Amino acid sequence: MNPWKSDGGLGVESGFSPRYAFKVWYRDFVVWTRYWWTSLVGGLGEPVLYFLAMGYGLGSFVKNIEGFPYVQFLAPGLICSTIMHSASFETTYSSYTRMEIQKTYHSIAVTPVNVSEVIAGEILWGATKSLFSGGIMLLAVLVMGILPKEHLANLIFLCPLLVVEALLFSALGMLMTSFAKDYDFFTYYFTLGLEPMFLFSGTFFPLSSLPLLVQKTALILPLAGPVAIARLLVLGIPYPSLWWGIGWTIFLTFAISTWAIRRMVKRLVV
Amino acid sequence: MDLTPKGTTSVAPKGTTDVVPNGTTDVVVRARDIVKKFGELIAVDGISFEVRQGECFGFLGPNGAGKTTTMRMIYGFSAPTSGSLEVFGLSVGQHSREIKRRVGIAPQEISLDPDLRVEQNLLIYARYFDIPKAEAQKRSDELLNFFHLQEKKKEKLDHLSGGMKRRLLVARSLINQPEVLVLDEPTTGLDPQSRHDMWERVRDLKKKGVTTILTTHYMEEAEQLCDRIVLIDHGKIVEEGRPSDLIKKHGLDSLEAVFLKLTGEHLRD
Repeated sequence: MNPWKSDGGLGVESGFSPRYAFKVWYRDFVVWTRYWWTSLVGGLGEPVLYFLAMGYGLGSFVKNIEGFPYVQFLAPGLICSTIMHSASFETTYSSYTRMEIQKTYHSIAVTPVNVSEVIAGEILWGATKSLFSGGIMLLAVLVMGILPKEHLANLIFLCPLLVVEALLFSALGMLMTSFAKDYDFFTYYFTLGLEPMFLFSGTFFPLSSLPLLVQKTALILPLAGPVAIARLLVLGIPYPSLWWGIGWTIFLTFAISTWAIRRMVKRLVV
Repeated sequence: MDLTPKGTTSVAPKGTTDVVPNGTTDVVVRARDIVKKFGELIAVDGISFEVRQGECFGFLGPNGAGKTTTMRMIYGFSAPTSGSLEVFGLSVGQHSREIKRRVGIAPQEISLDPDLRVEQNLLIYARYFDIPKAEAQKRSDELLNFFHLQEKKKEKLDHLSGGMKRRLLVARSLINQPEVLVLDEPTTGLDPQSRHDMWERVRDLKKKGVTTILTTHYMEEAEQLCDRIVLIDHGKIVEEGRPSDLIKKHGLDSLEAVFLKLTGEHLRD
């Protein structure tokens, strides 16, 4: 028996305990409290502008979609995309900076906290931070009276959906960080990955208007599922593959988180 | 101030079969034929050494010799390809968490949190060791005093000079009152006053019984601080012993001269 592989092949890692991951989450939280205002303005600025420009601006020229005014049709997708952007930014640019420039991961990993717990804590933090932005967006949308009253009870189900989505994109960002050799890599991720996905997520127009092959491809991508589920909950627009969407989103979240943590451990513990 | 290393407060190794009973109980780090390969590259080529409790042990060697790789294996950041490495009698591969609890590491890069204030850097770090808040505050105050940083405790990090940051880094590595302190190039870039001050701090720690493992490029530092050293080159130990003995043995007048004699004078990078 190889004593160095006794813990499932992760080398010198002796175990994973969520308690230690939370210590890293807490560190990120404390640092964030110094910058919360900047991060709020930065995180919300873009979605709010999209909302105003597309929802009210474009929307006044667009017919109702699926029976809803464009402003309403747009709202669920924009909440999801706020979370996507915020989580992605945190676990790409911010995490990479912590890892490579500040050497934060190295300094924590020489304490009783293991590398896998550092990464898990970072993923949790990325999700938390994005939920803060997403939550403000949701609140704004509610306060403006954009969401129809008859489905407000569904907010109970919307919350867990947003939490899963936040974890998904936080983990995906961390996965990208595990591949990144420099900051430029993230430019590719955002401009070739996230932004096209955002445009073809069903946020701005129903995917049913696209050719079937494109539709099917778009539906596999991580954002489409949450957007469709959110629209179902908030507006009541039917989503025929609901259970597939839920299952796929949850599966992706677990799979990507595990893969991201494993890759990061391999990258750091050589 | 109380820097006395605490005895193990957590559980003893659970019936591991790889802890070899030995005669000497004061060996804190024992390496036997450790090898580290990165693909085809052999960074550490079968080295063996022992670090004894309470001593200051030096790892010297040119760039790329394998000393940083060896340090990383000691504090669990890298797994040896083969060989046996034990800290406190615990195998590094299986007990890294327990070992890390009792070791303090001051790395070469200044890995402080620039987003936190001076004191916060220590208090947040204390959480990783499960040190209760009140105790962490007490230790933080003591350490800041010990390293002459108490006036800066509420400052932002960018208001600190390089020397102060390095002192804070070493202070942080002591927050858990470690039994073994690993210092990786602790005085790089420091002015002479700061360097001598750091040496005094290390001597004070030694008096308190802290075992120190030091890597450095400053031979004078190794001569001043180390009880014993190993000189590593191309992944192998080329010389070991007390600095004064080695100087006599090679008939030279300084450790630096011994170093250059054994490793050659051409550049390694």
